[in-house]
Amino acid sequence: MAELIFNLSKEGKCAFSLPESQVPSYEFDNKYTRMEDAQLPEVSEVDVIRHFTNISRHNYGVDQGFYPLGSCTMKYNPKLNEDVAKLQGFTALHPYQPEYQVQGALKAAYDLQQYLCEITGMSGATLQPAAGAHGEMTGIMIIKAYHQGRKDYKRTKMIVPDSAHGTNPASAATAGYDIVQVKSDDKGLVDIEALSSIMDEETAGLMLTNPNTLGLFESNIKKIAKIVHDMGGLLYYDGANLNAIMGIARPFDMGFDVVHLNLHKTMSTPHGGGGPGSGPVCVRKDLIKYLPKPVISKNNDGYFLDYDRKESIGRVRAFYGNYLVYIRALTYILTMGPEGLKKASETAVLNANYIMAGVKDNFMIPYDRFCMHEFVLSGSNQKDNYGVSTLDMAKRLLDYGYHPPTIYFPMIVHEGMMIEPTETESKETLDEFIQVMNKIAKEAEEDADLLHNSPHTTYVRRLDEVAAARNPVLRWEKD
Amino acid sequence: MRYIPVTEKDRKEMLIRCKADNIEQLFSSIPDDVRLKRPLNLPDAKSEMELIKYMQTIAAKNSNTGNYACFLGAGAYDHYIPSVIGHLVSRQEFFTAYTPYQPEISQGTLTAIFEYQTMICELTGMDVSNASMYDGASALAEACVISSSASRKKSEIIIVEDMHPEYRETAETYLKFRGIKHASMTVEQLLSADLTNTAGVCIQYPSFYGDIYDMDRIGKYVKENGSLLIVCANPVALALLKSPKDFGADFVVGEGQPLGMPLGFGGPYLGFFACVKEHMRKMPGRIVGKTTDVDGKTAYVLTLQAREQHIRREKATSNICSNQALCALMATIYLSVTGKEGFKQVAKRCVDNAHYVYEGLLKTGKFEKVSDLPFFHEFTVKPKEDITALNAYLFKYGFIGGHKTEKGWLVAVTEKRTKEEMDEFIKRAGEFNG
Repeated sequence: MAELIFNLSKEGKCAFSLPESQVPSYEFDNKYTRMEDAQLPEVSEVDVIRHFTNISRHNYGVDQGFYPLGSCTMKYNPKLNEDVAKLQGFTALHPYQPEYQVQGALKAAYDLQQYLCEITGMSGATLQPAAGAHGEMTGIMIIKAYHQGRKDYKRTKMIVPDSAHGTNPASAATAGYDIVQVKSDDKGLVDIEALSSIMDEETAGLMLTNPNTLGLFESNIKKIAKIVHDMGGLLYYDGANLNAIMGIARPFDMGFDVVHLNLHKTMSTPHGGGGPGSGPVCVRKDLIKYLPKPVISKNNDGYFLDYDRKESIGRVRAFYGNYLVYIRALTYILTMGPEGLKKASETAVLNANYIMAGVKDNFMIPYDRFCMHEFVLSGSNQKDNYGVSTLDMAKRLLDYGYHPPTIYFPMIVHEGMMIEPTETESKETLDEFIQVMNKIAKEAEEDADLLHNSPHTTYVRRLDEVAAARNPVLRWEKD
Repeated sequence: MRYIPVTEKDRKEMLIRCKADNIEQLFSSIPDDVRLKRPLNLPDAKSEMELIKYMQTIAAKNSNTGNYACFLGAGAYDHYIPSVIGHLVSRQEFFTAYTPYQPEISQGTLTAIFEYQTMICELTGMDVSNASMYDGASALAEACVISSSASRKKSEIIIVEDMHPEYRETAETYLKFRGIKHASMTVEQLLSADLTNTAGVCIQYPSFYGDIYDMDRIGKYVKENGSLLIVCANPVALALLKSPKDFGADFVVGEGQPLGMPLGFGGPYLGFFACVKEHMRKMPGRIVGKTTDVDGKTAYVLTLQAREQHIRREKATSNICSNQALCALMATIYLSVTGKEGFKQVAKRCVDNAHYVYEGLLKTGKFEKVSDLPFFHEFTVKPKEDITALNAYLFKYGFIGGHKTEKGWLVAVTEKRTKEEMDEFIKRAGEFNG
């Protein structure tokens, strides 16, 4: 049973020492100081190392095995990126050092901006947003600034598809928009007629993921863009699924005006158990003036931070973004090169189709045609015939040593399971996974309880999440 | 292609299984008129050897705090990072895992976040903490947004003037787009302001310029007027200074970078966010709670998810999804390594060093006081010389000087600075004639 670090605490232990002080001591007046010490643990260095090493062993990372978590692009995180991000010339830079001291850092950021613009087809970029949702918020604010810049104040709505990530409507709400949902048609694509009927002059734009969250390319994208643009709206590209199309098609060429990327998905930076990510935003030329300030720019004297931007939406955080994350992404892009990125997308798509072909005899595929980098199956056969839910099957995958796919998303698929293998998985890995999926389908038929009670082999088993929410215990307390 | 393990032979076999003649066929849903008909215009792929050399060359163009003694702060601080942190956070189990949606195989991350939440509660005196925000500025902005909707009668926000300018700008962006009114004023103005329509008051502690105000007085006034108090605190200062709970804070947010994160040219950092229990169900972001599994074993899990975007969509309290989990882990390890006594020692050393440098600079006769209030590890003085030129002069002698602000030269001194460095810094700053 793993203890918390607090339970290891013993008065007098310490894992830290400072050199002797050679300056006088300064004492604050009592009225400014704490009445009680913060109850931090008192532990030895060995305690710290063993504790965090031991709890880490109850995690599962990409280096351990297959992680087909749909929409999250859990590709291998190259170790070289880590070496580069640990160079002292990047880690030990203060963000307020004068520009002449940090020309290398600014060049790296500037180059990355240029590369991301080339990959998306856009003209300008900010690296400031710290994650995908932060990028969405930034992008939607830019759209709002664009409309207001044209003295167009009547637009109060933003359209999102019913298959969208939850962050899309939530981000549009942070920019002050009301949300209008557009439904998907029977092919899993944006319903063009429905879109035409709701797109009006009070609508600021449409947020879209392409390929969409069903792993299907919105083939009507030009038509969609026309409907939105004709009514004066802008088209927002959620880059969650960019891994399907690098070097193959670009958001700008599809008619998108604003794009965010998830460097922690497409550009292989590690997810760290929930961040730090990085969500740069790229825009078409006439929207550059609205980007958050500062923008990293270049002139004859070198690279500089351009703060003189009157029409900027403002800042969305302090400093310039998750810099060491984007150093990793830059390293990745330079390692892959243009052909490598295209090959990555091609292989990601091939791998997803290969799994789909391998499991379709046992699982219902609601949109049965070639998919892009991911696909969504439905566990409805298993649910309706044997009472085994998609959650049960996901939990059973844990017993076989896999991180389960994303489940119950997008919400328009009954008992959905969204599988994204990425390009960094071998055929052998995919074959084994297919075999296990089919085995689980058989188990569902023969021994439903085995699945209801899974996982059986993990460090902890299914948790009482209801109790956790009803009676929240959110911190350790001394007995 | 080093990171793509599918061979040409595999590819052919896989295509057959997919019933496709070639890769192109898999992409047939992408219409021709949106296709890119040329290769991406990016530099050709570099081998590992070429790449590391190239990036080393870029990194070498920067003057870093490993070679220069840093007296620059203003929201990012050059503290010592114990060796243990890098080793532990590099463990792939932490590093390459996703958000802990599958608690059965995520107890490492979940346990660490639970510990992190506890430590943040201890430092701030608050009842609850979330699992982290992007940075201090965005944490402040989210606290403002939540405060503005906490009461039906009041919705405006006041940001006290001595707030970090970038934090203010961030909060203003978030508020502006939500259509929430906000105002700015000095502490003196605040203490006689009409707060009838004020939902929340934000104040930085210590202030951007280093001042430690009479927080009891401020807290009392804000509470008596029925507004919420949002404190944006330096976490190292909280080791010694009065806990925000003791002067009535409702929300305590701040930048966690000083807790074991490298300067990293501004990120990734760590926004911490804590509040009193009353606002628990409105907190943004992930929260970890304690529970048991079917066998009764203690375990941790993401909880109170009904607040979040994947459930509530546009009605969520925030749009945040990925946050800064690994940075929160760094902070947890940092606070474990330094511990109850070591963390206070770090804070105390910062205070002693900063006061030594402050006195030394004043003695040179080239700097004037701008405030009589106490300060922690950062202070503002007014130099007789031009600040940009002064910093350039100091740079020649191996120093990264203080930040140029509206009120003067903002100098930060951490526990890392040796007496030799401080003496030399004072001497060179005092001798500069522009």
